[in-house]
Amino acid sequence: MASTEPNNAAQQGGLSGWINARFPLDKMLREHVTEYYAPKNFNVWYYFGALSLFVLVLQLVTGIFLTMNYKPSATEAFGAVEYIMRDVEWGWLIRYLHSTGASAFFIVVYLHMFRALMYGSYKAPRELLWLLGMGIYLALMAEAFMGYLLPWGNMSFWGAQVIVSLFGTIPVVGDGLVEWIRGDYYISDITLNRFFALHVVALPFVLVGLVVAHILALHEVGSNNPDGVEIKKTKGADGKPLDGIPFHPYYTVKDTFGLGVFLLVFCGIVFFKPDGWGLFLEAPNFEPANPMQTPPHIAPVWYFTPFYAILRAVPSFLGTQIWGVLAMFGAIVLLALLPWLDKSPVKSMRYRGPISKIALGIFVITFVMLGYLGLKPSTGIYPMLARVFTAIYFAYFLLMPWWSRMDSTKPVPERVTYDAH
Amino acid sequence: MLTKKTFLAAFAAGLMVFGAQGALANTEGVELMDAGNDIYNQPSLQRGARNFVNYCLGCHSAKYVRWNRVAADLGIPEGDLKLLQFTGTAPFDTMQSGMPADAAKRWFGNAPPDMSLLARARGTDYIYTFLMTFYADDSRPHGVNNLALPGTAMPHVLSGLQGVQKAVMKSHTGEDGKAVSVVEKLEAGDAGTLKPEEYASFVRDTVNFIEYIGEPIQTKRRDLGVWVILFLLVFTGFAYLLKKEYWKDVK
Repeated sequence: MASTEPNNAAQQGGLSGWINARFPLDKMLREHVTEYYAPKNFNVWYYFGALSLFVLVLQLVTGIFLTMNYKPSATEAFGAVEYIMRDVEWGWLIRYLHSTGASAFFIVVYLHMFRALMYGSYKAPRELLWLLGMGIYLALMAEAFMGYLLPWGNMSFWGAQVIVSLFGTIPVVGDGLVEWIRGDYYISDITLNRFFALHVVALPFVLVGLVVAHILALHEVGSNNPDGVEIKKTKGADGKPLDGIPFHPYYTVKDTFGLGVFLLVFCGIVFFKPDGWGLFLEAPNFEPANPMQTPPHIAPVWYFTPFYAILRAVPSFLGTQIWGVLAMFGAIVLLALLPWLDKSPVKSMRYRGPISKIALGIFVITFVMLGYLGLKPSTGIYPMLARVFTAIYFAYFLLMPWWSRMDSTKPVPERVTYDAH
Repeated sequence: MLTKKTFLAAFAAGLMVFGAQGALANTEGVELMDAGNDIYNQPSLQRGARNFVNYCLGCHSAKYVRWNRVAADLGIPEGDLKLLQFTGTAPFDTMQSGMPADAAKRWFGNAPPDMSLLARARGTDYIYTFLMTFYADDSRPHGVNNLALPGTAMPHVLSGLQGVQKAVMKSHTGEDGKAVSVVEKLEAGDAGTLKPEEYASFVRDTVNFIEYIGEPIQTKRRDLGVWVILFLLVFTGFAYLLKKEYWKDVK
């Protein structure tokens, strides 16, 4: 068992003694699990970090088994997925866990990010933690985008075609860059091969590396909480935060319950609605990639649509469409800049005034609406709405230095608020 | 708390997004009929398999579907499989069409699509509507047109059963102000060997089979899902009790 004394490894006998003399096993367990002190007042929003980690592992494991049966070739990929769905033992379950897992990953990550927005978890001293998280988010988007090509359905093909051609709007180097990404003059077998390599080897490495860094940074600065109070400021005689409790067993057991609730929803979709109402697995993707025939309406998968809506909302002028592409990437960069845009002296929404609360509410509605508009064709009232919500999206961030300073605040308590039950 | 309310509002907006997806399905114009098939009805699936083999498989393959899988899932004894199986030799062969693809391309302009995933790509209501709405149209190469897929290259293979319906036309003023002639409704023309309700149930069985081959595991998936959810309810219940027990110490 893990010892609570930091320097008695030499006195430990047996196998654990042998290991601890050579590798800091107990030390790591203490630092990151049994003696990592987390605030005791976490609410429901604090489940999603652990759930993200769970989904990451789920994707890695199911991905390994999919790779065993998949063929990254333009002539064989579509059939290989059907082979997995029909002929591989439990292949259908592995594939649905992976395809549903992709959407679930974004759902839990978006809720995890919303939590940070609500309680100011990106503010000092957690700016680097937030940036590492944004790095994970970017890597996740790249990972999902590459993975979406692999089934080689018609939406895979045309989705990749549209997104890759965005780089073509960059002046001078654009066309060459697009060719370099695709490795061909169109999305082809060569593109599929390199996307496979990136999806299965390169990006998972980046993701796991960033996740480890994210967790190390978190454990260095300590977790924020719904009150935005630094628990390290109030320590007891033993040097432990008075409002902190060891991650294990308190949060391992709580997260196990959260995992159960998550799995109820997740397995409900996997077993009863694996196409996710046509949002997780899109109908046109059940037809093989066909360079001669576009699907009736090309839309990216739902988790990209807020940014896709921004891309389409910005008109082209000065003879180039690059402005939409810049706006789309700008929308993500602004998220990363939150620690420096937010000038409020208070972290948590609980102790901020009405302006911050209304602004955050409007932002959430804007993000959801952009996601909705990104799924819709650019006809009728939709382009106009997309422009309005794009403007609101940018206003939220660009005006934040002013409205966050203007807003009234309530006094933040010294200790976290917690009712024992 | 204000943020809770705004979050709920956003959540409601999200639900609206999901609701609106259902209405997206039909992009071809005609209002789709309800296929009303029941994937759990095994006699219907067996009739559908017979219909599919007799009327569809001549031109359309189902190249991801194995004969013996169909037999096992639909409760057809392996001994009876050879009555059904008219392409391939081994029971584990897939359902290939009787028609060479290059010849098909020459005869119809494009090769008849593979049926394995049609139900997942287009939906059962679409296939049902397609098979119900052939009508006589002399301007078409095969003398028939279709409401679900106007200008279809497919001849009315089932005309012997359904007969050939006639279109009742009406004048319609388009957005550009020009009057065009559009189909108002279809009415019975030359009679086929089946009564209309017999034909509808023939098509329903066939669509049922096409939905089955789209995802052969689907009924077992749902059946298994019930047990998975029951297990997770018990698991989550115990996890909650365990959490409560541990958290008694937290003051």
